[in-house]
Amino acid sequence: MSTEQTAIPAENFFNQGGKGIMSWLTTTDHKRIGLLYMYSIAIFFSVAVIIGLMMRLELIAPGKTIMEANTYNKMFTLHGVIMIFLFIIPGIPAVFGNFFLPLFLGADDVAFPRLNLMSWYLYIIGALIALSTLVFGEGSADTGWTFYAPYSVKTGTNVSTSVFAAFVLGFSSILTGLNFLTTIHRMRAPGMGWFDMPLYLWSTYATSWIQILATPIIGITLLMIVAERVLGVGLFDPSLGGDPILYQHLFWIYSHPAVYIMILPAMGVISEIIPVFSRRRIFGYKAIAFSSLAIAFVGYLVWGHHMFTSGMSGPARIIFSILTFLVAIPSAIKVFNWLATLNKGSIDLQPPLLYSMGFIFLFLIGGLTGLVNGALATNTHIHDTAFIVGHFHYVMFGGTGFGFFAAMHYWFPKMYGRMYNIKRAKIAFWVTFIGFNTLYFPMFILGLQGMPRRYYDYLPEFQDWQVVSTVGSWILVTGLIMMFTNIIRGARKGKPAGDNPWNGYTMEWQTTSPPPLENFHEKPVYKEISYDK
Amino acid sequence: MNMNQTISDHAVHRDDEASKIGMWLFLFTELLLFGGLFLVYTIYRNLNPDAFANASQELSVAFGTINTVVLITSSLTVALSISTIKDNKPKMAKNLLWLTLILAAVFMVNKYFEWSAKIHHGLFPGMEHFMQLPPGEALFFFLYFFMTGLHALHIVAGSIFIGVVIAQLNKGKIKYDDYILQENAGLYWHLVDVIWIYLFPLFYLIH
Repeated sequence: MSTEQTAIPAENFFNQGGKGIMSWLTTTDHKRIGLLYMYSIAIFFSVAVIIGLMMRLELIAPGKTIMEANTYNKMFTLHGVIMIFLFIIPGIPAVFGNFFLPLFLGADDVAFPRLNLMSWYLYIIGALIALSTLVFGEGSADTGWTFYAPYSVKTGTNVSTSVFAAFVLGFSSILTGLNFLTTIHRMRAPGMGWFDMPLYLWSTYATSWIQILATPIIGITLLMIVAERVLGVGLFDPSLGGDPILYQHLFWIYSHPAVYIMILPAMGVISEIIPVFSRRRIFGYKAIAFSSLAIAFVGYLVWGHHMFTSGMSGPARIIFSILTFLVAIPSAIKVFNWLATLNKGSIDLQPPLLYSMGFIFLFLIGGLTGLVNGALATNTHIHDTAFIVGHFHYVMFGGTGFGFFAAMHYWFPKMYGRMYNIKRAKIAFWVTFIGFNTLYFPMFILGLQGMPRRYYDYLPEFQDWQVVSTVGSWILVTGLIMMFTNIIRGARKGKPAGDNPWNGYTMEWQTTSPPPLENFHEKPVYKEISYDK
Repeated sequence: MNMNQTISDHAVHRDDEASKIGMWLFLFTELLLFGGLFLVYTIYRNLNPDAFANASQELSVAFGTINTVVLITSSLTVALSISTIKDNKPKMAKNLLWLTLILAAVFMVNKYFEWSAKIHHGLFPGMEHFMQLPPGEALFFFLYFFMTGLHALHIVAGSIFIGVVIAQLNKGKIKYDDYILQENAGLYWHLVDVIWIYLFPLFYLIH
């Protein structure tokens, strides 16, 4: 808390560029578009959290508790589709990437501002199409978010619409990636070389490449599913000469790299936060930058590990397993570098750092259980069990979700010019953290004991841990509500935060909070600043 | 303060290099979109070599060849129009783009007759004759309609893009020193052309 400031500067992007809802819906200002994403993502996230809560409630006792098996199938599909396509994939890049990428670069906007607004509209259209399956047609899809053929071709539910929604959302994702790549290439401040970029930009850069190179494959695959359903041909239906395993390959060629679209931006956020709150320069800058690219590259070649039990030759499985283990190396490089940065630092345990610590802890558990999944022998045992669900939520929610919360608490004073209540933020963190572990850790135990995923029913001996897990979901939601009310209250009534409340040294802290429409009052020139004496 | 002001505040930059990078990145995504289909084609061709060879006899090499020539010529006219705008001859550039659009129309008319003949034989997915085909041949015709259909959609999109360029030429917004939009439209058109150059042998020529 270095500078005490009593008022919000009048020249900020909330005041400039028009008031009223139309000025927001037609804006090309990257900061406003970032906030538009944040508000829409928050809504969809809440919907999916409620669905998750209901699924957990169903599992509190064996047999039917509050819903039929079919409803449960639709619930986990919708939960997955919303969380994956509407929250985790766009989450950090579309909100914080949009808001901060130009600020990091010292630029006044992204390379293609109007295309940026179009991406948001495509996102909203895709989201509405996905949610429309709840109301229209034969009911929402019951296939799981992976839309595995041939079931997705044969089920009577509204798969075509859900799949088409994913296609539109993919297009939005591609355009965002294209925009960011061009911006990073062309709009760095004078004097800022590639290796002067904040690490968050390196992770965004790697992410954008994956978005561009992987998303079209899922796009065309999903179109094939629609064509197959509409025209009745047998592309993936074995009774008509098709190959369902081919669908799985095509699906995971995109969807595995996509998990790195989800996690890499969060890693970038953590790489920004840790140096600021330990007052030290990041340890091993280049190693972290290159490990992002390495994860993006190796991540392309590991999709087969989703299919160890679906029918693949022995050598193929061994190669995919080895490649999967290789991804652990760049991930571990990052974790060790973060810890080395903290070592001997003067640590200030503010909410952003707390969330970052939460990220490291949960990601570590998620990452190590990932090795259990990636090993051929253990995979056979835990395939399609609750263990996988636990692993996935530890990496995606514990990783990306907590990364998102960390970013939210870190950049909040810059976005709104105000500060949330620090004490409440810390309490909310601990409640969320405890709730998270209570909810998801039992899934590892249940999975090892043989509890299958995607079942609304189970044998009575699983009940103890299921109850623990359901109670965890209540604690987790309490924590989330505390966190969000604190943030919303801070945005409306918080104390003015000043331009640089955390003493950050990257470029976004050199302008006023909230930033003016043109981001900087005068065109900034990059200067190297760090904490090292 | 209104929307126009916001847009003019933010859209005044001109960075041709950025526009070109953006276009190339977009072309990558197009290549990968078709790449998925080429992959599926390759796998099913390997699984059903005889059926694919049989089915491809049904396609008319004459139609395909004419369309290939038409499309390559249209790429030439686009390239010529870009070099004429550099020489500050906007009228000539415009005429060459109109010629491109005419060639695109010829391509589509040709395609219409070709598809009609196939549909007349009941080979479109879901039709009676199609359903009685051996699985391998049915896959061939499905891929034929899907891939050439998607390609035809790209011809339409590219034609609209060229139409926009012509309108901008009319308004004098594209000039000898500011022609990046025209160049990007050309890049897109060449991509559509290149994809056809692969589709043609895969469906018509390999037996």
